Amino acid sequence: MKLLTGNDLASGDVIWWTGKGWSRHIGEAVDVGDEGDAILAREEQARRVNVAYIVDAEQTDSGPLPNHIKERIRASGPTVRTDLAINADIPIVRA
Amino acid sequence: MYLYDSYDQAMVDARVEEFRDQARRRLAGELTEDQFKPLRLMNGLYLQLHAYMLRVAVPYGTLSSRKMRMLAHIARKYDRGYGHFTTRQNIQYNWIKLEDAPDILADLATVEMHAIQTSGNCIRNISSDQYAGVAADEITDPRPWAELLRQWSSFHPEFTYLPRKFKICVIASANDRAAMRLHDIGLELVERDGRIGARVFAGGGMGRTPMVAPEIRDFVEEDELVSYLEACLRVYNRYGRRDNKFKARIKILVHELGVDEYRRQVEEEFAHMRQLGIQPPTEELDRIRAYFAPPVYETGLPEEVDRSDPDFALWLDRNVLPHKQPGYAIVNISLKPVGGIPGDASADQIDLMADLAERHSLDQLRVTHAQNIVLPYVKKADLYTIWQQLDAAGLGTANLDRISDMIACPGLDYCSLANARSIPVAQKIARRFAGNGKEEAIGELKLKISGCINACGHHHAGHIGILGVDRKGTENYQLLLGGSGAEDCSLGAITGPGFTEDGVVDAIERATDLYLAQRQEGERFLDTYRRLGMAPFKEAIYG
Ligand code: SF4
Repeated sequence: MKLLTGNDLASGDVIWWTGKGWSRHIGEAVDVGDEGDAILAREEQARRVNVAYIVDAEQTDSGPLPNHIKERIRASGPTVRTDLAINADIPIVRA
Repeated sequence: MYLYDSYDQAMVDARVEEFRDQARRRLAGELTEDQFKPLRLMNGLYLQLHAYMLRVAVPYGTLSSRKMRMLAHIARKYDRGYGHFTTRQNIQYNWIKLEDAPDILADLATVEMHAIQTSGNCIRNISSDQYAGVAADEITDPRPWAELLRQWSSFHPEFTYLPRKFKICVIASANDRAAMRLHDIGLELVERDGRIGARVFAGGGMGRTPMVAPEIRDFVEEDELVSYLEACLRVYNRYGRRDNKFKARIKILVHELGVDEYRRQVEEEFAHMRQLGIQPPTEELDRIRAYFAPPVYETGLPEEVDRSDPDFALWLDRNVLPHKQPGYAIVNISLKPVGGIPGDASADQIDLMADLAERHSLDQLRVTHAQNIVLPYVKKADLYTIWQQLDAAGLGTANLDRISDMIACPGLDYCSLANARSIPVAQKIARRFAGNGKEEAIGELKLKISGCINACGHHHAGHIGILGVDRKGTENYQLLLGGSGAEDCSLGAITGPGFTEDGVVDAIERATDLYLAQRQEGERFLDTYRRLGMAPFKEAIYG
């Protein structure tokens, strides 16, 4: 599956495309299929997201999980400060 | 400590207002990200893995209590209650909002601080010896020179768009505590025939192509130093490779031209610069020097320190160093608690260090390139009370220059350029060696970890270095041995195939076990490695 991510322009928060808008929780992200580029162009233009891009991921029982570790850490928060993590349950290193 | 004059303050204040307008225009959609990015970077504002990151300049690592308290205030009000001290003697905040950034810069400006030139292809923060002014081995205080160069390089119109970033370091003792020869230009102040001048080294650096800077001049008179540096930068600015980012640093130019040819071109340019008369008047250096005049030390202070508390005695032996003034000592505050995050400090800890400096260190602190904090002017009689307060706040770790006092960059936990995490590896190593008692047996060992080839964690200069790489999407760690950022500067060599996170900790234990078994009287890990060479270490590590 393909997810859209970027940062909120004003706060810098990592955000994910939910089909209706942007969420800080990757669990709410949806597969954008081939629509990614079109959505990104529209959303960046409207300044609802900054420095956005498409991420490869897979659907798991606990929700979408990006293939690359960097995106998993973005989705979770710093692994060394789980007190600040937005979703500390995301497996960073895959079994 | 230097205090801004009206020019300094006006420049910084004007920059805050300029950036306020730029941020407003970005938020209003009048600027695209492509247009805004270079503007925010000129003010130290990056977009990192989780949020914007602000890098605040700490000129040559020198802070007053008032400035330090402002750093705590920013952590508390605008960030998530902590900051990260870096190998460039600066501080970074990881959770900044763009909408807050202009207010943060305005707050910083009230204490003569800013984030200007902490990013971009310009001359960055001048670095120096953290013990400047108090070290017994220095021939002069390097800070006035560092300050002169700060003023010269700030908003220097010719050097605002260099081929790449440019780092300058000034030290004034034969013992290099600032990795001077791993800078684009390194200056060692020396004395010759009763006059002070500088040995100049050019073309050092770490990153993708690490190089130890060769000497390009053995002595430049102090009243010609700015002109000479101007010539060095001019040659680089003219001929540095702008076509390839990875070949754009001065080290590549010096390497490709050869030291002799680079030196020749600099001399030619220097002859020209002399005629232009751009050297600041010596009165300006004297004016700056007055700010760094030695303090009025108390005399007749006791030298004896009560060592009856064993934990305190250990800290004294590890973290407290001799001062050039009788009755005083230099205190190193370790930001490396075992299992903690190297270089991180909470707002409360930053405030405490500011309070201690105000009460016990003539209001002064230093940031070290090894990500620790120094109280440079402590009376020996105050050491116990300082240690008690540090210890109660988690700042009393007695591990200076030990394996757990390691440098670690933010790595993949925070940095968008990273290949692998640095901090979890640092934590595992510290726990392993503090837990099995080997840290104490090993003694001095400088371990340095970078999460990618950019080498912010100085892995090339570690007695043991670790470099995080991406191996097919998983974190992998290369091990290096034999580096040093000190006066015996050298670059580490890669041992062989990389390791997993746990594997690299085991490999380090095997290497240090070999050292413990083979060391001769008085040898550090680095000395034993240099004597034995890589082969036996490789054998021990890979078996
Ligand atoms: S070395 Fe690499 S991972 Fe570490 S802070 Fe620098 S750029 Fe980031």
